[in-house]
Amino acid sequence: MLSYIFKRVLSVVPVLFLVSVFVFLMLRLTPGDPAAILAGDNATPETLQRIRDAMGLNEPLLTQYVKWIAGILRGDFGTSLISGVEVLDLVAKRVGPSISLAVLTIIIAVLVAIPMGVIAAWKHRSWVDYLVMSFSVLGFSVPVFLVGYVLLLVFSVKLGWLPPQGFKPLSAGIAPFLERAILPALTLASIYIALIARMTRAAMLDVLNEDYIRTARAKGVGERRILFVHALKNAAVPIATIVGAGFALLISGVVVTETIFNIPGIGRLTVDAVLARDYPVIQALILLTASVYVAINLLIDLSYSLFDPRIRY
Amino acid sequence: MTHSKTLSMKAGLFASVFALAAGGALAETTVTAVMHSDLRVLDPVITTAHITRDHAYMIYDVLVAEDETGKIQPQMADVTASDDGLTYTFTLRDGLKFHDGAPVTGADVVASLQRWGKRDTGGQMIMDVTASLEAKDDKTVVWALSAPFGPFLETVGKQSALPPFIMPARIAQTPADQAIQEHIGSGPFKFVTEEFQPGVGATYVKNEEYVPRSEPASGYAGGKVVNVDKVRWLTMPDSQTAVNALQSGDIDLIESMPVDLIPLLEGDDTVAVEKRAAFGFQTMGRMNFKHPPFDNPKIRQAALLAMSQEPVLAALTASPEYYQVCGAIFGCGTRLESTTGTETLTAAGNPEAAKKLLEEAGYDGTPVVLMQPTEAPTLKAQPVVAAQQLRAAGFNVDMQPMDWQTLVTRRASMEAPANGGWNMFFTNWQMSEVANPVISVMLNGRGDTAWFGWPDDPKIEELRKEFIAAATPEAQKAAADKIQAHAMETVSYVPLGEYNFPQARRTVLTDMAPTPVPVFWGLKKSEE
Repeated sequence: MLSYIFKRVLSVVPVLFLVSVFVFLMLRLTPGDPAAILAGDNATPETLQRIRDAMGLNEPLLTQYVKWIAGILRGDFGTSLISGVEVLDLVAKRVGPSISLAVLTIIIAVLVAIPMGVIAAWKHRSWVDYLVMSFSVLGFSVPVFLVGYVLLLVFSVKLGWLPPQGFKPLSAGIAPFLERAILPALTLASIYIALIARMTRAAMLDVLNEDYIRTARAKGVGERRILFVHALKNAAVPIATIVGAGFALLISGVVVTETIFNIPGIGRLTVDAVLARDYPVIQALILLTASVYVAINLLIDLSYSLFDPRIRY
Repeated sequence: MTHSKTLSMKAGLFASVFALAAGGALAETTVTAVMHSDLRVLDPVITTAHITRDHAYMIYDVLVAEDETGKIQPQMADVTASDDGLTYTFTLRDGLKFHDGAPVTGADVVASLQRWGKRDTGGQMIMDVTASLEAKDDKTVVWALSAPFGPFLETVGKQSALPPFIMPARIAQTPADQAIQEHIGSGPFKFVTEEFQPGVGATYVKNEEYVPRSEPASGYAGGKVVNVDKVRWLTMPDSQTAVNALQSGDIDLIESMPVDLIPLLEGDDTVAVEKRAAFGFQTMGRMNFKHPPFDNPKIRQAALLAMSQEPVLAALTASPEYYQVCGAIFGCGTRLESTTGTETLTAAGNPEAAKKLLEEAGYDGTPVVLMQPTEAPTLKAQPVVAAQQLRAAGFNVDMQPMDWQTLVTRRASMEAPANGGWNMFFTNWQMSEVANPVISVMLNGRGDTAWFGWPDDPKIEELRKEFIAAATPEAQKAAADKIQAHAMETVSYVPLGEYNFPQARRTVLTDMAPTPVPVFWGLKKSEE
């Protein structure tokens, strides 16, 4: 197990190296000039050239890349070309809101979706199943901005129960955190509930037709135990995969939801950096995202052995 | 009454009781505003971004400033001019201190002016005729010129885009092409560096050490009396979110309100929607003088004939209440106003005359590459309407959608349009940035060193010199009239009219200065 984890961690190095080369080249090949954003509308071409020199953007690409990588190896991700703020500082302040929103969303989604999926599979082809599937299709089909605006309209504008925007960290207290995070988390959860419920139902249907379930029933095991212990544990591998992938997606940024609810997360930072061609920030964010995906994939793979003892590393 | 309002009222009540019990201190007053844009660049010399200028007005002060009538008044310094107009002496007033506690000295002023003079168009023109700029002592700065510069004080005291803000010499000695790292001014607010998050917000606190002038505030001049403890600027990319936040009391001000969302605020008597300043923005189109077809003056004139302001403005702002047809390149209602040469532009255009002129000019159907920034709300409509107008006159228009970043990179390319260059793009200016020929970058006719489009126009350079040398307002107006006529004859650019988006504020916010640049001194916030 340990040697497997070690090998997987080691394999991250070439992955991140390739990502770094790819991102670096893509950004340099994309039209755009951070000097023009920095200088504003009435800068002359001469001024832009001088600012580009000062930013080091006129150096050969290889020199720029080597400087960047050397900085990362020293733990220095550089500074934003536009705001002059250190990239690590900029990213660190945005990670908290993204992670806490992602965790809350996944908790809501798992707590709602898994029972829904299990019950839909149990009551296969009944009205309960059709109801769950209808909700699932609705969750997929309705755009996230619409769900967000409807929740805002009802709970903030009409009822005035919850504030319409902003973010408070958990360190400010659970109530202030939930007061501002619950609507965006519900908005995002609407998609994940649909996705996880559907996946749970499909996985459970496969398992419920297995011989050992029939045997368990014949032995007189209660339905609840059959569903949540015998069946769900064996159906857990695909569910864990989808939950993990969803979590990674949430952490790497959910721009629309962050924008509607004015949450200072990774998604908005990424879009702002791309629009401003703020190379060091984009590069750091892509590396971070790649690392998150690699780490979560590793955790998902390791979790398989918990659900299925036949899987050994 | 909403739950959140109830909570905030209860919180306010408890806070007041506690404050009174603790010795009668008043609760902290915070004004929360959503500005027109996200503050990302903090150096007011390196960029002309309006939001950075607005930030600079919070934390820095200026030597002289425009009052509400546009007249230049003393602010940090009294100024006297010699009889020959060649020497200006600035004397700093008492009590000026930077936020780090150091006094403002003549050396700080000189270093700040020198850095500004390297980046600002008007500043560069003054520096061209500067014989010496020296601090005679801690309180006195003498600026000697080698030739008269008529709009000297107007340039040093201008409100936009790069006013000469005064910062400590050690910061102002940063090269003008590198952004400053410390943000210390002597203005009425202090910047809270640790709370600055680009893309999220910025915080300013009242500078308790600031000594306002004794005169009442007027425009950017007079006493900058701060009546609130803290100002927070929040970034909200979604206007609907900002409107919700305003209605719930989460924020106090939306600086630039999209016209299509105004109906959402109708009937809400806790919110006021209004135009803060008479003068707003000028929208305009610029052609590339270097490449066909617009290297031909007749074809540029044909384009001018083809275009009409009203449809462009209507597409941009959606309501006649917020735009004004105006052919004056220095703005309507200004002392330099002249509308010569824009008769068709301010009417319905003249596509027939444009067609005829195109024929005379031998236009061969060369495509006009017109750049359209698709994600910029105040810039995406103009190219669409202009393309239609040009097509109606017989131009072969190749409209190329792109993001604003791609546009600003591409417009710097002097290549032919087929090789990554361009023929026409559109942008907007605050009126004070085009208010005279010294400030307006579009009127620079110095070829490859001019603004994008690169007109090589010695005649306009002569006329600008005539304006600079003009000693009286009448002579300046006469020179400006000639520039208007010449600019429209050569089509230096196409002024497409003026517009002004309103602001929306909670009515608890009062006494806001009616200035084009939003300033936060003077305003008051009462309890909800």
